[in-house]
Amino acid sequence: MSVGTWEALSLILRRELLLSFRRPDQLLQPLVFFLIVTTLFPLSLSPQLALLREMAPGVLWVAALLASLLSLDGLFRSDADDGTLEQLALSGQALSAIVIAKTVAHWLVTGAALVVMSPLVATALGMPVAAFAPMMLSLALGTLTLSWLGAIGAGLTVGLRRGNVLLSLIVLPLAMPLLIFGANATDRAIAGASPAGALYFLGALCVFTSTLAPLAATAALRISLE
Amino acid sequence: MTNPDSALLVEEVHVWRGTRHVLKGVGCRVSRGELLHVRGANGAGKTTLLRVICGLLRPEQGSVAWQGHSIASVRTEYQLALAYASHEPALKSDLTALENLRYTVGLRRRVTDAELRRHLERTGVGACAELPARVLSAGQRRRVAMARVLAVQATLWLLDEPFTNLDAAGSGLVTELLAEHAGRGGLALVVAHHELGLQQRVHCLDLAA
Repeated sequence: MSVGTWEALSLILRRELLLSFRRPDQLLQPLVFFLIVTTLFPLSLSPQLALLREMAPGVLWVAALLASLLSLDGLFRSDADDGTLEQLALSGQALSAIVIAKTVAHWLVTGAALVVMSPLVATALGMPVAAFAPMMLSLALGTLTLSWLGAIGAGLTVGLRRGNVLLSLIVLPLAMPLLIFGANATDRAIAGASPAGALYFLGALCVFTSTLAPLAATAALRISLE
Repeated sequence: MTNPDSALLVEEVHVWRGTRHVLKGVGCRVSRGELLHVRGANGAGKTTLLRVICGLLRPEQGSVAWQGHSIASVRTEYQLALAYASHEPALKSDLTALENLRYTVGLRRRVTDAELRRHLERTGVGACAELPARVLSAGQRRRVAMARVLAVQATLWLLDEPFTNLDAAGSGLVTELLAEHAGRGGLALVVAHHELGLQQRVHCLDLAA
């Protein structure tokens, strides 16, 4: 009996999550990076609460973007290196379904994990509790968008031996709007103002990439597979 | 145009890799119950030909047709009808042999663990089902890859060096499986450096370097 697209999506998602949990070092790497970077800033500057609070949005967002980017290179590379990507591509399922499932899995183990951990870091940076919810929402939207953008870059660079640097060069410029609107939303939430405007922008970017990036990433991957 | 006798028809395939002309007008015709032994020196383009036939690589010129239709026009149906075993065993080292099969075969058809175990036993690695692929020997990994070929129940087998790393018993097993497959009306393209050991229904395609 043939397998439907939803069933295939769930199967690949389970495979990706299982693979991530079998390699806890890779799973924890972005999270530890996020924690270390956000801890180093107060140590290198002054530990005054007012100063920390002022720089918190920038520190949080830069660290989250770089942490998420850290693991993007492996999105398709590991499967391409051991030949399993070819098996997935020949499975009779749409390549776009495979790209979507892998990208969502990537976001769950990096982006979503960063969002869950962010209140801890926010507390250390002296952010008011009232700003946690908008900050977490902005991070969730931002990291998901970044995973989609990263999927395009990872698809393009999977065939290159040292694609990591190129991947950063492709993805980081595209991620600038996320940094600007994300930090702005967090900043306004800390100041007690409404972060709605910036959050709407992040939401729009997230919808835009969620719908178009799978197509672009699939096309990029198809070229790389040749 | 449909010719029921030739399930797979490859015509005048040309592939360039940069400035290198790898495949120079290769063609072949394989019917049900036939095996095609692809031979050639290293770098002659054997693997490239298999990648073209399975649809991973689009040739600059020429065509590949499955049951009278271009493979691009019947992509899903064609992919479900083929089993490709690449030169690497294509296993995730962190997954067990059984999980490796479950997550690849499971994308093509609904399959139970019991059935997958039966295929692993058939290829002599039933005892390794719960072991991570990382701890398996190269020969055992090859046998797991062969179990996957069996499990997908495909009509067309595309096997790239299936005898690599196998002991005498393993090579005999692959030969036996190929004979059974052809006997059931399946067809196979096998890239191998030595003779397949099957006298009947084996055609040869020699690729020039």
